[in-house]
Amino acid sequence: MNLTESVLVALTALRTNLMRSTLTMLGIIIGVAAVITMVAMGAGAQKKIDDQIAALGTNLFMIMPGYGRDHGARTSKVRLSEDDARAIKNQVPDVVAVAPTIRGMAQVVLGNLNWSTVVQGVDGDYLIARNWAIVDGREFEPREVEGGAKVVLVGATVAKELFGEAEAVGQTIRVNRIPMKVVGVLDAKGQTGFGQDQDDLIMVPIDTARTRLLGEAGGVAKAVQVIMVSVRDAWMMEDVEAQITDILRARHRLQPGQEDTFRVRNMSEMVETRAEASRVFNMLLAAVASVSLVVGGIGIMNIMLVSVTERTREIGLRRAVGAKSRDILVQFLIEAITLCTLGGIIGVLLAVGISVGAAAIAGWSFELQWQVVVLAVLFSAVIGVFFGYYPARRAARQDPIEALRYE
Amino acid sequence: MADPLIIFDCVSRYYRVGDEAVKALDKVSLRLDVGEFVSVVGPSGSGKSTFMNLCGCLDTPTSGRVMIDGVDMAGMNDDQAAELRNAKLGFVFQQFNLLPRTSALDNVALPLLYAGCNRRARHQAAAQALDQVGLGDRVKHQPSQLSGGQQQRVAIARALVNKPILLLADEPTGALDTSTGAEIMALFQDLNDSGISIILVTHEAEVAEAAKRRLAFRDGKLLHDEALKQVRINHQETRIV
Repeated sequence: MNLTESVLVALTALRTNLMRSTLTMLGIIIGVAAVITMVAMGAGAQKKIDDQIAALGTNLFMIMPGYGRDHGARTSKVRLSEDDARAIKNQVPDVVAVAPTIRGMAQVVLGNLNWSTVVQGVDGDYLIARNWAIVDGREFEPREVEGGAKVVLVGATVAKELFGEAEAVGQTIRVNRIPMKVVGVLDAKGQTGFGQDQDDLIMVPIDTARTRLLGEAGGVAKAVQVIMVSVRDAWMMEDVEAQITDILRARHRLQPGQEDTFRVRNMSEMVETRAEASRVFNMLLAAVASVSLVVGGIGIMNIMLVSVTERTREIGLRRAVGAKSRDILVQFLIEAITLCTLGGIIGVLLAVGISVGAAAIAGWSFELQWQVVVLAVLFSAVIGVFFGYYPARRAARQDPIEALRYE
Repeated sequence: MADPLIIFDCVSRYYRVGDEAVKALDKVSLRLDVGEFVSVVGPSGSGKSTFMNLCGCLDTPTSGRVMIDGVDMAGMNDDQAAELRNAKLGFVFQQFNLLPRTSALDNVALPLLYAGCNRRARHQAAAQALDQVGLGDRVKHQPSQLSGGQQQRVAIARALVNKPILLLADEPTGALDTSTGAEIMALFQDLNDSGISIILVTHEAEVAEAAKRRLAFRDGKLLHDEALKQVRINHQETRIV
């Protein structure tokens, strides 16, 4: 008997017991759908995190002020300055951008519209370091940065709140009552990994922010809160970090053995840690889903065993009219594989439905991967073989005389 | 003299039940020729089922030699036995053993599936076999839609579909009422007339008398082996019933 005939026989047998076949398949359907949905969801989350890393800017260090120590006692924060940033830029060859920034809150007014937002004092390197594009207008010109000009870049959220659909570039807004000219609109970056809206901000030249909006911080001239450093290549990160540390320690006159008065944070590493956590979580979910797939397989085995017992006389008859024991084995094996594979395919369709549906309704992101789909269907077929083999062998080994006499 | 179909040469078949060996068949020797119609009688446990199983290539002897159509069963493996059953034998059972929820046509075509025939050839032969047993108009019916007699006819058609040289019938009238049973026996006689050899197990005396030869078993031994003056069953009469 050839394979096509065997498949036809199996399909006929499954169709004559449609209800049971469907219920049996349900286990596999749910298992496969669960696995694919979970993996798709995990991949979606992964992609979101990857996007965040990309949005954050690549190969990025954040240098933040730390606390000094004097004979074990913690002293006040030792500030970083624009000069520190300039020193890094001049002395470390592998940096692409060094961007000192300060940050505060500001009230932005346009006509009768009023919006409270973050104001970020930046220099020309900031957009490079953050990998941030301008969608309308232009960046600050060097002389605007140096001269502390009253110009402003608005984030996507602010632009939307103040201008709506109208043209923002060229308009004048009042930032803490100081009129400033909008020269550009920033590209939308979306939320941070922590749920903050990154687009709810305006940027002004760092001098403008310090002298006109946020005020001079004490302690050091041209103090900055954070220096962002963008490195040319990921593999240089470690080396660059050491160089930065050396430069800053020298500039802050720290003795050997003294603790750093600043902190250097690798941003992508921070996000990576989160990504790792979510990866582990996703694997856990996929593992749980796989368990349901295995349970589905056991269900198949159970039903196949019942079916073999129930159809003992049929087996005896088939043997009597000339079926070889291999024919019987193949028949029952194919029934099991067909159940599983069909269940797998339906499960895939269900998973696609769930993914598309949940993405549309709940706004979750799903990344359906065809490799996973193929793998899931193959895996369910393998489950069919694995859990179908034992019942099929039992059927094939039955003594035809006993089988025919079976009541 | 006709060609030998089945030769039993001092055949024994023992079963182990616990520590005891049960002699289901004990040193039986006989010869059946092509074209014979043999009924096999005997109380339960007499060995007639074992005899049938051996004739049907479903069982192998513990000792002795069984030849079927010139082939020694001793040298045959499981697959070869299946091929022999498929090619030369037809089985009819007391409980019909039709596949439920499967059309008469597909039931009848079943043996040809294992013979490797294609679908069209199978259906053609099956339709022809159903015609032969008078059920040409019940091709699409499922067993549950047929009477007992009709179901047994479907089963006989299935046994005939591979053009066997020997029909093995195990209590074929056992589940049927008398008149339907008579119809079936008439059909067997017709089939025998057309040249098919038949071995038929029964415990009903009238049924046994429809054959040309009667084998009586008791305690694993062949007790009687007698030629009968065959009682023809008038199926014209019974078919009206």
